[in-house]
Amino acid sequence: MKHSTLRDFLPSILPPALTFVVVIALWEGVVRAFSVPRFLVPPPSDVLLAAWSERAALFGALLTTAQGAVLGFLLSASVGTTVGLAFSLSRWLERGLYPYALFLQTVPIVAVAPLLVLWFGPGLRAVSVSAFIVSVFPIIANTLAGLRSVDPRLSDLFRLYGAKLGDTVLKLRLPTAIPSMMTGLKVASGLSVIGAIVGEFVAGFSEGSAGLGITVLAAYRQLRTDLLFAAVLLASLLGLLLFALVSSSSTLLLRRLRAPG
Amino acid sequence: MLEDIDLVIEAGSFVALLGPSGCGKSTLLRFISGLDQPASGSVVLSPEANAQEPGTRTKLGFVFQDAQLLPWRSVLDNVALPLELQGMSRTEARERARGPLAEVELGDVHERFPDQLSGGMRMRVSIARALVTEPSVLLLDEPFAALDELTRQRLDERLRKLWQRRRMTVIFVTHALAEAAFLAERALVMSRRPGRIVLDQRLQLPEERNLDLRTDPDFVAQTALLYGALSRHGGLDDAPIDP
Repeated sequence: MKHSTLRDFLPSILPPALTFVVVIALWEGVVRAFSVPRFLVPPPSDVLLAAWSERAALFGALLTTAQGAVLGFLLSASVGTTVGLAFSLSRWLERGLYPYALFLQTVPIVAVAPLLVLWFGPGLRAVSVSAFIVSVFPIIANTLAGLRSVDPRLSDLFRLYGAKLGDTVLKLRLPTAIPSMMTGLKVASGLSVIGAIVGEFVAGFSEGSAGLGITVLAAYRQLRTDLLFAAVLLASLLGLLLFALVSSSSTLLLRRLRAPG
Repeated sequence: MLEDIDLVIEAGSFVALLGPSGCGKSTLLRFISGLDQPASGSVVLSPEANAQEPGTRTKLGFVFQDAQLLPWRSVLDNVALPLELQGMSRTEARERARGPLAEVELGDVHERFPDQLSGGMRMRVSIARALVTEPSVLLLDEPFAALDELTRQRLDERLRKLWQRRRMTVIFVTHALAEAAFLAERALVMSRRPGRIVLDQRLQLPEERNLDLRTDPDFVAQTALLYGALSRHGGLDDAPIDP
């Protein structure tokens, strides 16, 4: 196993790395060759320079946004799994509330964000709630689907021995549902960053430090497109980082549970 | 869809239940186990004659097709599961699970997980799990149907020996004629829908049964008898009897 690690790793890392180098080189070349105005499309070297000179402000903004996204994510993870579990236990509850849970998925978050400011005040709280609203539905839906996917013959086995509901949930339904729940959490991790940025657009101004959403807005108003690019890139990196964290803990957990995937 | 099933099974007997696919033999087994209730009629298990709810029939073991183990539990924890569900502590359940696991000769792999075992071994774990509550009635629903022929014959021999040691009542659903004849003292053949019992045959075969029996003229004759009943009652035209 150990010997093949690098050989397994290279084919997966080499193609995207190559793509990256080629695209960056092309971008830099085209922008310079055709003298594209820098406020429209800055060359990658400018973006890098802007990121470096504003590194302190960008890092602070990254931390602020990460805080909102992570808080929102944790909130949807706990609320989403609880609601999913409750739905799985009661058909009535599910029928009565599922359509409204779906509403969270379809509500235009940009339009709701001002309301969040009114209710929670500007800053971290409104931003986390925005991240929560955007990311909670996939967790509810996947938790519910996972809990419902129990093999009927295993349910029979538990019934045969008169298993209590608590035992059936803990020893059969939850372990069965975990792969699906992990899928929901992975999707939600990326979404929570998007929710946080959108929330900051409206609710980000407060006494504390500004997040990446605010950095984007400010850079746009000053036509500092290089800084704007840097902030956007950082936001995507934050999403990737969160996703990678959730994804690797999911892999570890699934291996322990001997679940496929 | 079952009709006019009137059946008495003596305690300690080994009964094979044969029939074409979809005739209701699994349904009958589910009625006996209490997992489902018949629309009319009743199943009486003595001495727990009035037990109707599933779970109150604690002296019952059920072996499903395809082993049905929990992949996240070790072999020992899988066998201990029924006791845990009945309220025993995990430590005690694990201790009690060692006996049945040794009985199917899997004591040395108790720490492994189902995905590290062969299909035949998984089925033996499944049988050990059904034995852990010391059932007086063991129900098996086509347990070996998904296994290859050699593994299946070896498991037949094991199950037969197990029954000889324990003498619990065994009801074994299968659509394999030779398997039914090899295992059972008594074979019941069911017809196509609506399922009825069309043959109730005592198998006149020696007590000790091994591989040689399968080529014995008596064995062949008994199997032919079952084949005749099955083919007369719709077992042949829509489903393979012994794939």
